[in-house]
Amino acid sequence: MTLKKVEELEEKLKPQKEIPEFWPGDEIAVHIKIKEGEKERIQVFTGTCIARRGKGIRETFTVRKISYGEGVERIFPLYSPNIVKIEVLKTRERNRLAPRAKMYYLRNKNR
Amino acid sequence: MTIGILGKKLKMTQIFKEDGEVIPVTLIEFKEGYVVDLKTPERDGYTALKVGFEEVSEKKLTKPQLGYLKKRNLPPLKILKEFRVDNEEINNYKIGDKITIDIFKEGELVDVTGKSIGKGFQGVVKRHGFHGGPATHGSMSHRAPGSIGSTTPQRVPKGRRMAGHMGNETVTIQNLQIVKILKDEKILMIKGSVPGPSNAYLIIKKAKKVKNG
Repeated sequence: MTLKKVEELEEKLKPQKEIPEFWPGDEIAVHIKIKEGEKERIQVFTGTCIARRGKGIRETFTVRKISYGEGVERIFPLYSPNIVKIEVLKTRERNRLAPRAKMYYLRNKNR
Repeated sequence: MTIGILGKKLKMTQIFKEDGEVIPVTLIEFKEGYVVDLKTPERDGYTALKVGFEEVSEKKLTKPQLGYLKKRNLPPLKILKEFRVDNEEINNYKIGDKITIDIFKEGELVDVTGKSIGKGFQGVVKRHGFHGGPATHGSMSHRAPGSIGSTTPQRVPKGRRMAGHMGNETVTIQNLQIVKILKDEKILMIKGSVPGPSNAYLIIKKAKKVKNG
């Protein structure tokens, strides 16, 4: 099996999910399925996407927000079945942030 | 005493369970084979199935190899492997039978045999996990093995771990789980890693020591 065919196969293995285009710097809201015992509910994590890493089914993204004065970061697998929806609230330009692939400088600015 | 199937390691990736748990999997392209020969106690002194895998063009084989297979009305097969089976079990097979993926099912545990990646001549730190010596404070023995024996006996004991060739040997990983079988694409997904580089041949057998009985 050639490398190209392996790539095609990997594409097929990816969950068929609608994922909006978003980049580091965008303000996004991630709707996450949370299981508490038998009950299931949806929690929304809103913050700035500061990084995307990996490719294909292994891609992840990091969301940072300030919660009660404390910086909180969560890393999500992009294709996780627990992510119900990703909403783009504000793009990078409207967020007035510098264009970076990895927005780690926000950690030192406390935002 | 079990028969197996040949596979070609493609690469590692991951898949998601329904609850979002990530499972690391190795993609293996499996090859279905034909029974080439039956070894019997009367003729050979032991019982085994000889199975051929991987159809190739006639050009890739030598004339003696081709003649051997043609005599049995089989296509040109690149790789021949023997599997030991029970004396009674051998009667279920005859020359020309197909060995298919149906011998496995999803969720089953398997043993995977392959040739590990060659590392060349390596020291004891990499090869056996020795800790080595101090890095600083005037130390001059950084990655040395240290003492290899005492004054009596006046020799080095057999089996003392030392530097030498590492890797490129046959390794079997036991009790790996088959996560998924994609019959159309001829792909086997096995949880965890398997020996060898990409495109290396592997032998996949049913687990010899199945956990929990």
